[in-house]
Amino acid sequence: MALLEVRNLHVEFPLGRKTLQAIHGLSFALDKGERLGIVGESGAGKSVAAFSILKLIAKPGRIAAGEVIFDGRDLAKISDEEMRQIRGNRISMIFQDPMMTLNPVLTVGTQMVECLKAHRDISDAEAKRLAIAKLREVKIPSAEERFENYPHQLSGGMRQRVVIAIALLTDPAVIIADEPTTALDVTIQAEIMGLMLDLCRDHAVALMLITHDLAVVSQVTQKICVLYAGRLAEQGPTRSIITQPKHPYTQGLIKALPQQNEPGARLFQIPGTMPTLDDVPAGCAFHPRCAFADELCRREVPEPRPIGDHRVACHHAEKVASA
Amino acid sequence: MEYLQFAVKRLVQATIVMFVISLIGFSIQDKLGDPLRELVGQSVSEEVRDELREQMGLNDSFPVQYARFITKAVRLDLGNSYFFKKPALEVIADKFQATMELVIGATLIIVVFSVPVGVFCAINPKSWISRVIMTLSIVGISVPVFLTAIFLIYIFSVELGWMPSFGRGDTISLGGWSTGFLTWDGLHHLVLPSLSLASIMLPLFIRLIRAEMMEVLETDYIRFAWAKGLVRRRVWFLHALKNTLLPVITVGGVQIGTMIAYTILTETVFQWPGMGFVFLEAINRVDTPLIIAYIIVVGLIFVVTNTVVDLIYSLVNPTVRLVGQKP
Amino acid sequence: MNRIRLFMDSDLVFRFGRDRVAQFSFALFLAFVIAAFAAPLIAPFDPYDPMQIDLMDSEIPPLWQDANTDPRFLFGTDAQGRDLLSTILYGTRISLIIGFCAVALQILIGVSIGLISGYVGGRIDSFFMRLADIQLSLSTLMVAIIASAVFKATFGTEIYGNVAILVLVLVIGIAEWPQYARTVRASVLAERSKEYVDAARVIGLPRWRIMIRHVLPNTLSPILVISTVQIANAIISEAALSFLGLGMPVNKPSLGSLISSGFEFIFSGSWWITVIPSLVLVALILSINLLGDWLRDVLNPRLYKD
Repeated sequence: MALLEVRNLHVEFPLGRKTLQAIHGLSFALDKGERLGIVGESGAGKSVAAFSILKLIAKPGRIAAGEVIFDGRDLAKISDEEMRQIRGNRISMIFQDPMMTLNPVLTVGTQMVECLKAHRDISDAEAKRLAIAKLREVKIPSAEERFENYPHQLSGGMRQRVVIAIALLTDPAVIIADEPTTALDVTIQAEIMGLMLDLCRDHAVALMLITHDLAVVSQVTQKICVLYAGRLAEQGPTRSIITQPKHPYTQGLIKALPQQNEPGARLFQIPGTMPTLDDVPAGCAFHPRCAFADELCRREVPEPRPIGDHRVACHHAEKVASA
Repeated sequence: MEYLQFAVKRLVQATIVMFVISLIGFSIQDKLGDPLRELVGQSVSEEVRDELREQMGLNDSFPVQYARFITKAVRLDLGNSYFFKKPALEVIADKFQATMELVIGATLIIVVFSVPVGVFCAINPKSWISRVIMTLSIVGISVPVFLTAIFLIYIFSVELGWMPSFGRGDTISLGGWSTGFLTWDGLHHLVLPSLSLASIMLPLFIRLIRAEMMEVLETDYIRFAWAKGLVRRRVWFLHALKNTLLPVITVGGVQIGTMIAYTILTETVFQWPGMGFVFLEAINRVDTPLIIAYIIVVGLIFVVTNTVVDLIYSLVNPTVRLVGQKP
Repeated sequence: MNRIRLFMDSDLVFRFGRDRVAQFSFALFLAFVIAAFAAPLIAPFDPYDPMQIDLMDSEIPPLWQDANTDPRFLFGTDAQGRDLLSTILYGTRISLIIGFCAVALQILIGVSIGLISGYVGGRIDSFFMRLADIQLSLSTLMVAIIASAVFKATFGTEIYGNVAILVLVLVIGIAEWPQYARTVRASVLAERSKEYVDAARVIGLPRWRIMIRHVLPNTLSPILVISTVQIANAIISEAALSFLGLGMPVNKPSLGSLISSGFEFIFSGSWWITVIPSLVLVALILSINLLGDWLRDVLNPRLYKD
């Protein structure tokens, strides 16, 4: 049985006159130590998916249907206290912008120790020792000193290391990383991503990596889910998704990767933009941007169906795959 | 080092403001009433007047006169009150204690109630208690202080007879400061004036704390705190509250100044023997030195509280970037 | 026509249609404004006309009281024998005029300084913003009390009574510009960096014209929200000043001076002279504040209310 399994998840935001469907029927599974990538443009519902696993969706969002099975328990049904004991303990999270993730008025040390003490019955001194050890593990120089610092005394890359250290403090089974390098300088993005990959391998932690960057996902993960406008477009093993995409949107994303082109060649771009959630077209949400679209696509929403080892939500997947 | 720089800058600004206030005070002295008439009356001939005028330096140029005014002012000499026949500053200093006790009483009420109530409303925005509190607070903001004062008197003094309606009651002198906090009668007299003075600030602070805290609760670092699996108590009362109260401190500092203004209203209704009461009397009597003394003392209170609050705020809040400081 | 339809379709109108409190407070406010400005038409007496006032009529209780009432005076009369209803209507008019004019003055000063500050930048900008800091750190009420006190002491009570409206508008109007200036300045700075400003310059439009046409519409909703609160505050400040005897004189009373003149009679039993104008004042301010609160919720997309 999978460690974490999301089944037919629906998330909605009731806003004034209408209700927005942020996620519509998402399913995936994550095994122990496995690394999964959730890919999509901003607004596709990736972050909402991440937050709904921990039941931390921003108000007024709510899980409308579906199950989140972790360790054999449905997280959607357990009590608040049971959920608290899982958060930051069994499932940790790394946020997008390290400048905003750490509380500006508490020291790094306070924010680390409190996490340990929330889940373990240990002394302050022991917690401090463990925290400093973790800071060393994420390669923060002069860890003792940093332990006493306030977040604003650290650079962005340093802060993200601290966040990673906090995520790893309690030896979690799963880490959910929501665009962990997007807000950082390009020069240190690869460094932080490499560090995360190493740490997840060393500790056999399962990683759910949420990103818009297909290149990063292809290097780090074993499985990929591609989301479009709140729905699954395609999912499957990373290698196979990259080499044999069966959804026109995935194809477009791969064609848009720089290294697929000759140097100096013009980058490919999928025409048009993703619809916002309050303006999703009828039928397949992707049809206005799709070269394969026909009457069927404009009328009916394609349900995900297995094709080879992928699951693809496209009426014409076979045609697309052979094109 | 950066802090010192910041402090110096802030002090310079405070000095400039005080300079402007003293300039205003001086111009008032120049325009308001005739010092000669106050000294010698109407019955003196024009020549004698001119001579006196010359002797007193009233014919000197503006800068010279101002320089004389300011040298006296720093020696705490703002002239004698025409009515009380003693130094104006002394009169104000006497009344200062009564006003400050009123401000302290009101501040206590505000601090004790606004924080828990504001936090409760931020944490439970949908509960009916919060809705009732928010509705009451907007009613509270809409009732002018002097009306609250009048109705408190009407209900608790006139109708019920529970509370005294005017004056300070018994006071005890503590090393030159006469306080009403230490006698039963004094405290009794403090209740209604403090309540009415607090009546406008309390709803303002409840709303401010609620709004700030609700904003803080939406931030990423609070979400991260939840994601770490911390207990509610810690997220709310450490992570969120600390970030909520820091900006509230600044507003609080400014509001102390505002409260001094409102003391004029409460003191008038309750005939509280404070600075504001004396100031209004001075206006009606055109007691110029007393008016100037009040303006300068109140200006000083404003400037000092604002400066001190700013300095403390930047000390307490680790995120305030001071001039030229690198992260 | 198109614009009217656009307005009718807007979120503002939709949410107004669903919010009882907003509808009620708007209706109340509108009723006050109409009644106040129609005072010369609907008031049974003219409180400014000494010929219509008879001292013999003083302190007559309102009609619903048991004894000594007079059918001519619905709300009774004050200590000088004026019909309280008429005096309240005229007083509300004065309070509203001062509130509206003072806020108009605040907007005029604040928006101009904000535009100049954001547009010119540099030393002028930092000078104005410093000034705004200082201005905000001093309490408006305090500044207004001192300023009107000095005016009164300079002019003497007689002359001051005649120019009181003007002084009050100036004093309350000048002291509260920084909020507007800051809002407009922030908006100018945000617009300045946008490309169309440069683009429009290339085709030869003067920059200030583009700014005014684009910046001002953007600041409309914050200005509206600030203004409702400011009108309420201006009316409160005016009432407070009048209560202290630094505002409108007794022969031309605003709500504040009316309350003040009745204060001494509250203990002798003539409560209505104070209580009825007080209720009117509170209801007026409350209606504006409720409206302002609702506007802030609707127009500020960051504060979503469910």
